[in-house]
Amino acid sequence: MLEIRDLTVAIDGESTPILKGLNLSINSGKVHAIMGPNGSGKSTLSHVLAGHTGYSVLQGSIQFMGQDLLVLAPEERAILGIFLAFQYPVAIPGINNMYFLKEACNRIRQGRHEKSLDAVDFLAQVRTHLKQIGLDESFLKRSLNDGFSGGEKKSNEILQMLMLQPKLAILDETDSGLDIDALQAISKVINQQRTPQRSWLLVTHYQRLLSYIQPDYVHILYKGRIVKTGDHNLALRLEKEGYGWLQAEATHTVEGHD
Amino acid sequence: MTDDTKVLDLIAQQDYEYGFVSDIESDTFAVGLSEDVIHRIVDRKCEPKFMLEWRLKAYRHWLTLQEPRWANLRFKPIDYQGISYYSSPKSMKDRPKSLDEVDPKLLETYRKLGIPLHEQQKLAGVAVDAIFDSVSVATTFKDQLAKAGVIFCPFSEALKEYPELIKQYLGTVVPYRDNFFAALNAAVFSDGSFVYIPKGVHCPMELSTYFRINAANTGQFERTLIIAEEGSYVSYLEGCTAPMRDENQLHAAVVELIALDHAQIKYATVQNWYLGDEQGRGGIYNFVTKRGVCRGAYSKIAWTQVETGSAITWKYPSVILRGDHSVGEFYSVALTRHYQQADTGTKMVHLGNHTRSHIMSKGISAGHGQNTYRGLVRVAPNAVGVRNYTQCDSMLIGDQCAAYTFPCIECKQQAHLEHEASIAKIGEEQLFYCQQRGLDSENAIAMMVNGFCKPVFDKLPMEFAVEAFKLLEVSLEGAVG
Repeated sequence: MLEIRDLTVAIDGESTPILKGLNLSINSGKVHAIMGPNGSGKSTLSHVLAGHTGYSVLQGSIQFMGQDLLVLAPEERAILGIFLAFQYPVAIPGINNMYFLKEACNRIRQGRHEKSLDAVDFLAQVRTHLKQIGLDESFLKRSLNDGFSGGEKKSNEILQMLMLQPKLAILDETDSGLDIDALQAISKVINQQRTPQRSWLLVTHYQRLLSYIQPDYVHILYKGRIVKTGDHNLALRLEKEGYGWLQAEATHTVEGHD
Repeated sequence: MTDDTKVLDLIAQQDYEYGFVSDIESDTFAVGLSEDVIHRIVDRKCEPKFMLEWRLKAYRHWLTLQEPRWANLRFKPIDYQGISYYSSPKSMKDRPKSLDEVDPKLLETYRKLGIPLHEQQKLAGVAVDAIFDSVSVATTFKDQLAKAGVIFCPFSEALKEYPELIKQYLGTVVPYRDNFFAALNAAVFSDGSFVYIPKGVHCPMELSTYFRINAANTGQFERTLIIAEEGSYVSYLEGCTAPMRDENQLHAAVVELIALDHAQIKYATVQNWYLGDEQGRGGIYNFVTKRGVCRGAYSKIAWTQVETGSAITWKYPSVILRGDHSVGEFYSVALTRHYQQADTGTKMVHLGNHTRSHIMSKGISAGHGQNTYRGLVRVAPNAVGVRNYTQCDSMLIGDQCAAYTFPCIECKQQAHLEHEASIAKIGEEQLFYCQQRGLDSENAIAMMVNGFCKPVFDKLPMEFAVEAFKLLEVSLEGAVG
């Protein structure tokens, strides 16, 4: 489904790359977790996949469902089925949360040549999903992410994900800022959403998320490359030992892909 | 430059589509202002004697005043002797009796503006008074309105037909001493609209006035007076456009609203005067005094404005809440782009008991636009049970524009006053967020702007809400794709 080859990326206007020849393949229906110390390039990877304009791709390629992702605008990628749950969702005061959700939902449906949802169907779907996440309906009446707590922002991202039904969901540190109850609720929702057609890229600092959502693969991103790939046990080892031991192994790098 | 910043730039540079000049012979006074000019205006319009006296008093008072400079606006000094104070299309000397006699070029102008002047457009259900330069050129549906007892006519005609009503109410809400521009307007205003709704009458249709400045070097000074008698209701809309010219033109209007017991007046403005080019050349200087007085108990006045034009906007539609339980409302969307500057807001003066007011101001700045909200909520010492709710939101598009708010509260009595404010910035991160959710950048901006303005647009008469949506979309959408 997703094929990243030799991806080298710098912040727009700078010459030192953040990602340095990264390789990663994700197949349909798989859950991949990416872990790594601060500054290793995790958020850069999610942003580049979503098409953020603040980066320049110096080298390499990204294929998504057989298409060259790098030539597509962010909204085209969204329509193809890439969804990024942001680490820091921006607030847009004055824009009603529900209004935004409906616009996004119908734009994406139009782009996928599906029928727009009318107000009744839309509301019915939103209500179901709100209940799943454990949110109150008043949540919809507020301004988009404005004055939301950290946890509310993350929950809102998941609500959007449920409405937009992506093929590849990238969750950028969705677990940070969530309390245990919210984390469990969201993990449960994500597990329900695991289908053979949908793939997941979970960017996280903590193994805890992975004890709720069993990953198929765990990758360690270190200094711009994936240096190790394993299963859940790798995450457990990281939690115990930290990233220090990677330094020693970094000299003979293991390229990770499945 | 990234794509997103290009979009942000482009949306600030949309063309002005009403910038054409109509080639119509006009009868225009030489530039300059003096008592003689005022005599000539009064003569030309055959006004009653009390008007001449009132105008001269206003003029003499104006001479003692300084142009106000307290607003958050920067503009070159206005040469008041370099303006012509009267201009009318020549063919109008003998005012046409029906639309068939109206100069076809004028009708063409209004057709281009999309204004339903012709009787065949009855279905639109809107009665229109059209003011071209200094004079009213056509008022539609007069007969139908007359059946309901509603008077809707050019100000100049009202002075002839209903001088007593004018004498009774003119200047009672905005006296000529009120401010510099109100004094100037009183001295030289040439036309405008007059509306009188008799007791208990619910005006059967929307009333509407369209103002058009055409001639060069002229100022436009119109005056609108609306009187709603006990238990009556009227909804009124004004629209304005002007040609593109390199020099600035002055527009200084006065609007007075009077609502008696249980009367309701809704006054909406869609102001789209020429805003100047992207270098900030030209555009209308819009200095306007609008005020309503809720004289009677349980009366209500609501101002709604969509301000998208003018190089300079200086305007504070206000309500004096004198009657007990009266209600004042102000809903505003002000958009500034290019080098536009707007200093606008409202005053709610609570004199009566249990009076309520609601202020909702939405300012959008793009390009190099400067947008200022200036508001005053005053509660008189003996007014009990007063409530006010103020919401004041700003949106910044790009990083060259600015928004300011100066809310002022003067409260000398226990009252329930709430103020909320927010600032949203549409920058690259907001655009990216929207794009990630499937909206292209134009959609995203249109969506954000429309979502931002919707609570105000909802207050406009239905047919104009659609117009206002389109107007903002045209103003803001870039030429991308």
